Amino acid sequence: MTVALSGGEIAARLEERFPGSVVESGQDSLLVKSESLRAVAGFLKTAPGLEFDYLTAITGVDYYDYFEVVYQLTSIRHNHSLVVKARCYGRENPALPSVVGLWKGADFQEREIYDLMGIRFEGHPNLKRVVLWDGFTGHPLRKDYL
Amino acid sequence: MVIKTEPFVVNIGPAHPSTHGVFRMRATLDGEVVLDIEPVFGYLHRGIEKLAEERTYTQIIPLTDRLDYLASMSNNLAYVLTVEKLAGIAVPERAEYLRVIMAELQRIASHLIGVGAFLNDCGAFMTPILYMIREREKILDLFEMVCGQRLTYNYMRIGGVSHDIPEEFLPALKKFVDRMPGFIDEYDQLLQENEILLARSKGVGILSREQAINISASGPVLRASGVKWDIRKVDPYSIYDRFGFEIPTGSAGDCYDRYRVRVEEMRQSVRILKQAVEKLPAGGVRSEVSHLVRPPAGEAYGHIEAPKGELGFYLVSDNSIAPYRFHVRAPSLLNLTALREMVVGWKVADVLAIFGSIDICMGEVDR
Amino acid sequence: MSLFDPGLNLSAYYPGTLPPEWPGGYWIHWGVFVVIILAFVLLMAMGFIWLERREVGRFQARLGPNRVGPFGVLQPVADAIKILTKEDIIPAKGDKLVYWLAPVVAFVPVLMVFAVVPFQDGALLADLNIGILYVVAISSVSIVGVFMAGWSSNNKYSLLGAMRAVSQLVSYEIPLGLSILGVVVLAGSLSLNSIVEAQHIPFILLQPLGFLIYMAAAAAEINRTPFDLLEADSEIVAGFHTEYSGMKFALFYLVEYCEVLAVSVIVTTLFLAGWKGPLLPPLLWFLIKVFGVFTVIVWVRATVPRLRVDQVMAFAWKCLLPLALINLLITGIQVLVWPEVLPWAVVFLNLAIMVVLILLWSKFFKLGGGRVEV
Repeated sequence: MTVALSGGEIAARLEERFPGSVVESGQDSLLVKSESLRAVAGFLKTAPGLEFDYLTAITGVDYYDYFEVVYQLTSIRHNHSLVVKARCYGRENPALPSVVGLWKGADFQEREIYDLMGIRFEGHPNLKRVVLWDGFTGHPLRKDYL
Repeated sequence: MVIKTEPFVVNIGPAHPSTHGVFRMRATLDGEVVLDIEPVFGYLHRGIEKLAEERTYTQIIPLTDRLDYLASMSNNLAYVLTVEKLAGIAVPERAEYLRVIMAELQRIASHLIGVGAFLNDCGAFMTPILYMIREREKILDLFEMVCGQRLTYNYMRIGGVSHDIPEEFLPALKKFVDRMPGFIDEYDQLLQENEILLARSKGVGILSREQAINISASGPVLRASGVKWDIRKVDPYSIYDRFGFEIPTGSAGDCYDRYRVRVEEMRQSVRILKQAVEKLPAGGVRSEVSHLVRPPAGEAYGHIEAPKGELGFYLVSDNSIAPYRFHVRAPSLLNLTALREMVVGWKVADVLAIFGSIDICMGEVDR
Repeated sequence: MSLFDPGLNLSAYYPGTLPPEWPGGYWIHWGVFVVIILAFVLLMAMGFIWLERREVGRFQARLGPNRVGPFGVLQPVADAIKILTKEDIIPAKGDKLVYWLAPVVAFVPVLMVFAVVPFQDGALLADLNIGILYVVAISSVSIVGVFMAGWSSNNKYSLLGAMRAVSQLVSYEIPLGLSILGVVVLAGSLSLNSIVEAQHIPFILLQPLGFLIYMAAAAAEINRTPFDLLEADSEIVAGFHTEYSGMKFALFYLVEYCEVLAVSVIVTTLFLAGWKGPLLPPLLWFLIKVFGVFTVIVWVRATVPRLRVDQVMAFAWKCLLPLALINLLITGIQVLVWPEVLPWAVVFLNLAIMVVLILLWSKFFKLGGGRVEV
């Protein structure tokens, strides 16, 4: 069975490595600050005992005050999984660092979140619209579109 | 004397006999050699994720049918599993067995089309795909017996399946299960050692193990690259831990290995079907769940091993009758990430062979 | 004395080409045979279209066409009517004269091949003493037509198809010619009529390797699977004739089937002893053999996937060419050293040599892929 690691255990390790990066940690997920996202993700990918080498999914959710991007990470070697979240505030120009450099599977998924929700991912090599056509205005999956 | 040459850009698709749906590739070619390729999709985007936010949890099940329309039962299963995980609903035994039977039959049907389409792209002029369609017709007849539909089944419900199987289903299924291994052997005899197929697919479009894990590949693409990762074994859902079956893996990660992995998976699916048919218990097929089910507020990610890879649904609920967020983790979209690395340096004919061996379905790439 | 004098005796001017005494003289003979050849080619092409679709259908576990006429026999007629009533499209930016000429340049040489084929003993349009050389030379001209079609369509796919066409068709001319030379050496003459006359046992038995090489090279020449990458349906849509419609497309379609007919007829003449056979009238034997060869060609098409262009080239230059040269060498040695030996001993010896050579080549020659570092 894939063990779903609880956010609490990982939070302790992250706090000593990157102090101040964890905002809150619960039973099933871990919320980190958006500035430290790339460092935390890099640590999670390579740290011995964790080694989350497989990015299962990235999802963007629109809670009216903020956007939340949820990363489902899995480790093939150890067969455990973790949920990491990051928030970005403000509806005009939300932005987050991109994890394409770590997991190439994030490529199309981040483009899709940009396309449908408008969250920019800094560091993405090719952040263009992917499921809608290039001249489209607006971001349909936001709660205030329609 | 140096002849000045210039690479030119060719559009392969969107309307093309071989692109498995509406998919466009902008290929930069130098003669026949591919220098660069840029996939362009979105021609089949229907906004399923947005539509789902306006529908009750039960009304979303027909929407999920239309994601990977060649494997609707698997889509249904992944979705209802996620909702049951979110709401904590138990499923009766007979419904679990029926779900496994339908999922495995669907896996065989999807792999038949996947392998047949790959061989068609290699140039075998429709003969193998027509043989495989002949077997798929038998599976579609079984599905029609159960739920009246041949392609988009809408059979699973939250808490079980929609209705019980008719009495002519089990004898027909037993007959199919007895005869299918013979058909798979027939395909193997015709194709496994075919010199031209080996020349076209062995060593072509190699995806190494590290690359496959890094791009979040899943399903036969990941297993052909040597990673033994099948959700049915590493994170068993439903009652898969009660069946004995193996996970075929490849070693080289080329087109030939992906083809072999799919054929072997069909054999293992027949094995699971035999076991499920023997052990099918009696009982109800659906637990009492209201049509307007309101899962408690929270979120859940549920995934299954669909024929094309790991199909996952991420649901956020706010205790109302419709989900707050509905997201599909589509295996074909992620498997497509590696297309550029696999294709660069090969020739135009290989682009389509490699693309066919990944086996995508545009319904779930675009949603 | 003008050219239209019915009592003209052309043997004074062109020795060796005079047909047997024909009432009415040379031009009546010519006229009758032209009509016969045109009727034969067009009817047989339509018969081949029908036969191919029925046969491929049976291979694919389905019936072929069976609605139009009994057993679908009128299906080619329906196809012809459909094609002729389509709009004739000309690409706006293409080279219009070349576009218009391409089907003509591709079709006419194929028709000219039938001028030297013997339908019965001595019944052919012109008994050229360079028969088979004429055939090989003339059939190369249709390559130019294919390239003209791809070039003038102003379409990158067509150009890709045309490039592939030129490289493939030119490469396979060489094993084609060399495998024919084996037959010529055995028969001692280039004239097709004499080759058929010389076959007391069919040359397929005396030249099994030559037969196989000729079938492979001819399949490549006429764009048949496994070499049909010129019009690979699943890759470049329709290759060099993507932009053609209407009557021009009908001509290309006809070119494909007439070329198959030409190859079947040449194989029958060179290797299967043409019109010879016991009991039945010679014309019937001829037709039976032609249909038999065509059935085998369609069988290969329905079964086998397609090769890639560099594999096709490698096959021609590294596999067929050396085998054809070795075949020629062995045939030459046999004719020189043992002209009077019993033919059956030579048959078994040649079969053994063929088996050994093919096994050897298949061990050392792999059609593997080639990735180019970009």
